[in-house]
Amino acid sequence: MRYGMVIDTRRCVGCMDCVVACKTENNVPEGYCRDWITETTTGEFPTLRHEIRTERCNHCAHPPCVHCCPTGASHVHERGGVVLVTPEECIGCKACLAACPYDARFVHPDGYASKCTFCIHRVEQGLEPACVSVCPTRCMHFGDLDDPQSEVSRLLAANRAHSLLPEAGTQPSIYYIN
Amino acid sequence: ASRATSAAAGAWSSAFGAKPGTTTTTPTFCDICFWKCNAVASVRDGALWKIEGNPSDPLSRGRLCPRGTGGIGAHTDPDRLRTPLIRVSDRGEEKWQEVTWDEALTYIADKMKGIAERHGPEAMALFSHGLGGTFFKHTLKAYGTPNISAPSFAQCRGPRDVGFNLTFGEGVGSPERTDIAHTRCLTLIGSHLGENMHNTQVQEFAEAVGAGATVICVDPRYSVAASKAKYWLPIRPGTDLALLLAWMHVIVTEKLYDADYIANYGYGFEQFAAYVQAFTPEWAYPETGIEPSVIRETAREMARHRPASLVHPGRHVNWYGDDAQRSRAIALLNALLGNWGRKGGFWVPSFMDVPGYPYPAYPKPARGRLDNPDEKYPFADEAITTGIRNATLSDEPYPIKGWMVYATNLLHALPDERATIEALKKLELLVVVDVIPSEIAGWADVVLPESNYLERHDDLNVEYFKQPFVALRQPVVESPHDQKPGWWIARQLALKLDLGRYYPWEHIEDYLKYRVDAAGLDWATLKRDGLILGPRPPIYFEEGVPAEFYTPTGKIEFYSNQLAEHGFDPIPRYTPPDPGPPGAFRLLYGRAPMHSFSRTHTNRLLADMMRENEVWLNATAARRLGLRSGDRVRLRNQDDVLSDPVLVKATQRIRSDCVFMVHGFGHTAKGLRHAYRQGASDAGLITRYKTDPLMGGTGMNINFVTLEPAEA
Repeated sequence: MRYGMVIDTRRCVGCMDCVVACKTENNVPEGYCRDWITETTTGEFPTLRHEIRTERCNHCAHPPCVHCCPTGASHVHERGGVVLVTPEECIGCKACLAACPYDARFVHPDGYASKCTFCIHRVEQGLEPACVSVCPTRCMHFGDLDDPQSEVSRLLAANRAHSLLPEAGTQPSIYYIN
Repeated sequence: ASRATSAAAGAWSSAFGAKPGTTTTTPTFCDICFWKCNAVASVRDGALWKIEGNPSDPLSRGRLCPRGTGGIGAHTDPDRLRTPLIRVSDRGEEKWQEVTWDEALTYIADKMKGIAERHGPEAMALFSHGLGGTFFKHTLKAYGTPNISAPSFAQCRGPRDVGFNLTFGEGVGSPERTDIAHTRCLTLIGSHLGENMHNTQVQEFAEAVGAGATVICVDPRYSVAASKAKYWLPIRPGTDLALLLAWMHVIVTEKLYDADYIANYGYGFEQFAAYVQAFTPEWAYPETGIEPSVIRETAREMARHRPASLVHPGRHVNWYGDDAQRSRAIALLNALLGNWGRKGGFWVPSFMDVPGYPYPAYPKPARGRLDNPDEKYPFADEAITTGIRNATLSDEPYPIKGWMVYATNLLHALPDERATIEALKKLELLVVVDVIPSEIAGWADVVLPESNYLERHDDLNVEYFKQPFVALRQPVVESPHDQKPGWWIARQLALKLDLGRYYPWEHIEDYLKYRVDAAGLDWATLKRDGLILGPRPPIYFEEGVPAEFYTPTGKIEFYSNQLAEHGFDPIPRYTPPDPGPPGAFRLLYGRAPMHSFSRTHTNRLLADMMRENEVWLNATAARRLGLRSGDRVRLRNQDDVLSDPVLVKATQRIRSDCVFMVHGFGHTAKGLRHAYRQGASDAGLITRYKTDPLMGGTGMNINFVTLEPAEA
């Protein structure tokens, strides 16, 4: 089993509801966020293209943040390959912040590395991650990439999708349809 | 009303980010904007935790917008008003004495009694926004004034409602009766859905995009909606009516309209068809900058999908002073597409019959409303805020001596803030009821801190919608300081004014329960579920809704005798916009999805999403001016008003003859500590406006600015 997301950027309006919901669900302190919006415009007036992406930790199959962690605080969860941090084991050395090609981590004011957990506390209760559950445009989909019958797998089979910085060799678990 | 749910399991490791605890949930409805989405708020270990959409709600469909999700931050906002305040120095200096509620209300009541004795009760005016104003309206009507207004008419949706009313005999309502979910072609004219976060509409917009509907987006700016569009028409600002006439010309001359629909329901089509002959796409091209081939192609595209082809009426449409006629042209284009009452066009709303509370009759004011003397604006069917301001300044047709302002920051909502301040200085009494120390609160004699919507009851929401419902706002948490709910404030003030007979109920629950019982609904169910749904009735003509039009002719009026009788164009006429000074940019403004008006900028959750606004400037123009993204500039308008410093966003996404800012930033009220001087105020630069001759709306997109580097 491998949890992942497929995000349909064609529907996304960049409203940041995903970011706000993550902050309330996970008590993310003021001034920080675990997910964010990236917008890229290409072309010249008036022939333009615009992609809006909701981004977060890619929960990579080859997570450099886990490999570089000196204490084992950064680890891969037993179910679904979710990358997590155990705050009590983290010494705040920031090696993982440097290793992550997606800039997905930050040091929590309490001194430990923090980031998206795919809301595994919700997922294990049968709920979707908070960001997915609130999205007004329903552009975000969460599920098991290893199950060919899952919604995410079917979306990937039916659409052209890309992941971020595939050249980094991290094998991200989040895909974008555009 | 709260239900305890199972405690979040203690087994979750802290690595999951979840805290164990006991969680209770309470259904209520949102007040961060006027959409009134139904929500479920969660309290964990006594603290407000999160707020989510109510799954049975037809508006939110279980999903709030970012502002609704961020409503938690409105409750915890450290900049909130905490206690009643009375001014101790000159107006606007924001120097206060903290007082008790009894002192504050006694002060107000004494002043109001004096105004009534010396000038008559009509000399008090109320400005209000939203459902929370219900009981203030009630108290002020009981006091005896007819002068009750909201900026939502003359500064927002008024021209649209008037334009549609003149054409179809009804407005589009709020939430709008637009069937975006089922449309096959959606035409947006300056309506930036997605940035303008009207929840149901944005959800349906994403559905329509996902289903492959054609989107035609007319906007000088490459908005988020434009980025989803098959056709983006970067129109020259102020020329929309020329484009609309050219589109109608194509649809009429190529006979692409719904002839049966128009034969059955239309009035004056022959005159209309003859009139639009002149407005060829070639005529419109130099006005709009949109190539004739594009005008023809888009007209054919929208006609190809009719009746599931919708030209969105917009919402904030006070742009150029011809707004009611432009809105009427939008209504006429929709009429050609035969979409009123049809699937994919405009559905027909219904509502549940919930009787009002049986109050004694209000006293009849000795003098009528003064916002629109001699009915100068004959189609104004609601009070004109700026008309009350004019009367306050001129004492004509009679003096206004006191303003009560509820939940609307008039200094950001009305154009020409200097005129507003001049009017404020003339008053004997200015009372502001708000949750945050807004700019208008800074000018008040008495500031009354209201409980946040998550801490109070309000009146029922009896919603006109596809599926009607009745919804309850009820407290989720207690107010953190000495704030009081609006109903309590309005009632206590009435008691002090010796108007107790208008408040026979003591607690709002008695009032609410009376109405719910009278409607034959179950109070306990409403408290438990937050809303009670009515039956889903027929909503389209094809489902059996009678095709009725409440115009004088009982038809869709392509030619308006009403307008002709009042000396206006019976069919909309285009007037070119006034050009600005050479080298200046037209100032355009709009919304961001995570903020409402100027009232959310101290909400720490939402400010984290956007702390300040930027000025969008065409990249080529920026290069010419030697400006780059991230530079700070000040904007100087045609009347030499200089803005606070604001970040430049140099972008390909806007024409080179205009700039754009998100509305509401650039706060100057000292109490808004988190938002103070963050970004620039568009409102401060809107010193000029052009009044709509039909209904008195204030067209505000007629101001021009130049940019100058801001000193560091």
